[in-house]
Amino acid sequence: MTSSTSRSSTLLFKRQFSQLNNRLNKWNDIPLAPPDKILGISEAYVKDSNSNKINLGVGAYRDNDGKPIIFPSVKQAERILLELEVEKEYTGITGNKNYQSVVKNFVFNNSDKDINGKQLIESGRIVTAQTISGTGSLRVIADFLNRFYTSKKILVPKPTWANHVAVFKDAGLDPEYYNYYDTTQNDLEFDSLKSSLLSQPDGSIVLLHACCHNPTGMDLSSAQQDEVLDLIQQKNFYPLIDMAYQGFASGDPYEDIAFIRKLNKAVVDGQIPSYALCQSFAKNMGLYGERTGSISIITESAEKSVAIESQLKKLIRPIYSSPPIHGSKIVETIFNEKYNLLSSWLGDLNAVVGRLNTVRGELYKNLDKSNYNWDHLLKQRGMFVFTGLTSEQVIKLRTDYSVYATEDGRFSISGINDKNVQYLADAINKVIKK
Amino acid sequence: MSFFPTIKELPPDPLFGLKARYNADSRSDKVDLGIGAYRDNNGKPWILPAVKQAEIKLITSDDYNHEYLSISGFEPFLKEAAKIILGTESKAIKENRVVSQQSLSGTGALHVAGVFLKEFYYGGSKSIYLSSPTWANHQQIFRNLGLNVETYPYWNNDSKSLDLTGFLSSIKSAPEGSIFLLHACAHNPTGLDPSSEQWKQILYELEAKNHLIIFDSAYQGFASGDLEKDAFAIRYSIDQDIIKTPIIICQSFAKNCGMYGERVGAIHIINPINSTATLGAIKSQFNKIIRSEISNPPAYGSKIVSTILNDPNLKQQWEKDLITMSSRINKMRIELFNLLTHELKTPGNWEHIKSQTGMFSFTGLSSEMVARLESVHAIYLVSSGRASVAGLNDHNVKKVANAFDEVVRFYAKSKL
Repeated sequence: MTSSTSRSSTLLFKRQFSQLNNRLNKWNDIPLAPPDKILGISEAYVKDSNSNKINLGVGAYRDNDGKPIIFPSVKQAERILLELEVEKEYTGITGNKNYQSVVKNFVFNNSDKDINGKQLIESGRIVTAQTISGTGSLRVIADFLNRFYTSKKILVPKPTWANHVAVFKDAGLDPEYYNYYDTTQNDLEFDSLKSSLLSQPDGSIVLLHACCHNPTGMDLSSAQQDEVLDLIQQKNFYPLIDMAYQGFASGDPYEDIAFIRKLNKAVVDGQIPSYALCQSFAKNMGLYGERTGSISIITESAEKSVAIESQLKKLIRPIYSSPPIHGSKIVETIFNEKYNLLSSWLGDLNAVVGRLNTVRGELYKNLDKSNYNWDHLLKQRGMFVFTGLTSEQVIKLRTDYSVYATEDGRFSISGINDKNVQYLADAINKVIKK
Repeated sequence: MSFFPTIKELPPDPLFGLKARYNADSRSDKVDLGIGAYRDNNGKPWILPAVKQAEIKLITSDDYNHEYLSISGFEPFLKEAAKIILGTESKAIKENRVVSQQSLSGTGALHVAGVFLKEFYYGGSKSIYLSSPTWANHQQIFRNLGLNVETYPYWNNDSKSLDLTGFLSSIKSAPEGSIFLLHACAHNPTGLDPSSEQWKQILYELEAKNHLIIFDSAYQGFASGDLEKDAFAIRYSIDQDIIKTPIIICQSFAKNCGMYGERVGAIHIINPINSTATLGAIKSQFNKIIRSEISNPPAYGSKIVSTILNDPNLKQQWEKDLITMSSRINKMRIELFNLLTHELKTPGNWEHIKSQTGMFSFTGLSSEMVARLESVHAIYLVSSGRASVAGLNDHNVKKVANAFDEVVRFYAKSKL
């Protein structure tokens, strides 16, 4: 081959390659997204070979041997399903009526303890849709508000669950923090909360955690809830309640929804026209990966409910058509009087929360309080302790002691048991020492 | 003061609305030829024997739990799902060019595809071309995301066959780099698939214009009973190196595994050979999308399918179950055709009922005829004339044939 021929064939090759590249140009600009803050912790934990390693990342329950469990009542329900299930047909776009009714009664009727909630149910003013657990519920309501509500601004507590902001942003809303927790004091900063909410535009959406605030574990007191409700009324805010840990405050799911009862009363009394509730069975029924939850919208009338429900269906259908049935069938089975599983489930939940509270106490006992004031651990409720450790200290715990937690210092108590609580307390005591 | 003053009530989704009317109908001889779910010869839903066996194996295993899956989904499921659609000897798998993300069945996969393309493919400016007609939900899935939707000719109603010329012409005239959604097999709603020779022509023209393909695969194995045959178009594009642009496959196990309500599916992207976009980057972006929508996909159904695909005996049982379903449907096609053509001598040519594949038949009945079928005969079809052949059985096929005959003659002025 002469040099001119080889040059022209090189040029030809280059041109073809660059044409191919141009064709794919847009495709090649796909950047690597950062790993998820919470779920990335578990991945790192798995890779660690230290036998003393502790995973305090995800809020998934572990027993005293560090093993995941299936609630005995859930196991029973699954055995029943295995025996009796004759079809795996699609459920409705928003789930089936029975599931919706189970959720409504569970949360709003509150086993006949909520007269206002019961009234709302009976007057057809609650639209309940099955959703892909809590995240799916948040995303559906966020999409819905983005489409139909007058304000895109959604106020979220500082701090809040790491995924809230992404969910709301991707739905087209505009999230902004309101003051909630003062990390320097390891406590709520209620005055600051009120003033930061008051400074926001009227009609904004406001996100509140129903109980067991994630990540801090610090909930509003009853009096504080009343003040916040007044503020909501004053500012005409739209309340969006996230309830992922119902039952984890007191061990009793019916006890933990005092705030919902107050909201229902406020609606029935005409003080607020509407609110929405994101509810999940992930933690309190241990259904995590089955993605079982709901969104409920309290509406102004039965007619409005019909319209809102039809719009929810229109929103959901082109995203995933209908929700997964296995988790919801388990829920329906447990709440089905025929199988007598409800009190078993309540007992299972109470036992789980009991172990978490016991461990919380044990950790507190073993921490060196001369070095640091750990009282906040006993005030916090739920699956987590919000330690107040700095990110440097959290990283040190990881590198020096193989203790894995998110950098905000949130520890999932599930990962603690009587075999490792001493090791953990020692490690914390050491990294805190100046 | 109302929080949602502008909200008006919408009519129900056509397919779910049809189901609701059917459920409310009190006539004892009603027939559901509406929604696309398999029914056995007694008109009952059918949990595949492979599924039942897999469920027992799964639930009784020591490590069974309800823990969160990773954001990508259940890895053993994803690996096998990719092999099922691409083939175990797939070039793409061998060359490590496949990224998979578990999805909420087929709809979920299509939605993720739309979100991904909107962000990473020409800023969402390229139109998506859908067949005319196509599944009722396709348009909404993409329009909902703000993507522009166009149609390509597909079904020729006069000849009841593929309008290949129109199809190819549309491919050639669409702006370069457009997105074309292809039904991998058992086209919904028509049941009409291109022959392998026609597929070759279609794929050749798509590649010539650098178009990006989305394959919607909801009926693999369910159409012919043969997994490999039903994946022909997909495997040909990849293994023959015909297509150089990225390929997106939206895979559903709703029908072929009877997983319907469990919502089991996956989206696979086949990364082109010279792409500098890494699999890790694509996967991370899938994860980012999923995390802010659902956090992670539902576990149970994917574990069932994984149990089946990873167990040779269960896999064999599944292949038998596929033949059970597809052959019963085929038998009903032939029955209905024979009744209409030879017994009742219903006006019109009914060959298409026999030649179409999959769950549906595009009968050619007009919307008036369909409405009359519902009101007079308690037989439910989608208004487009799409009939779910899975709803036919030995007990109702004669009634259905007679009813078709009656409405055709009633509206005798319609051409068929």
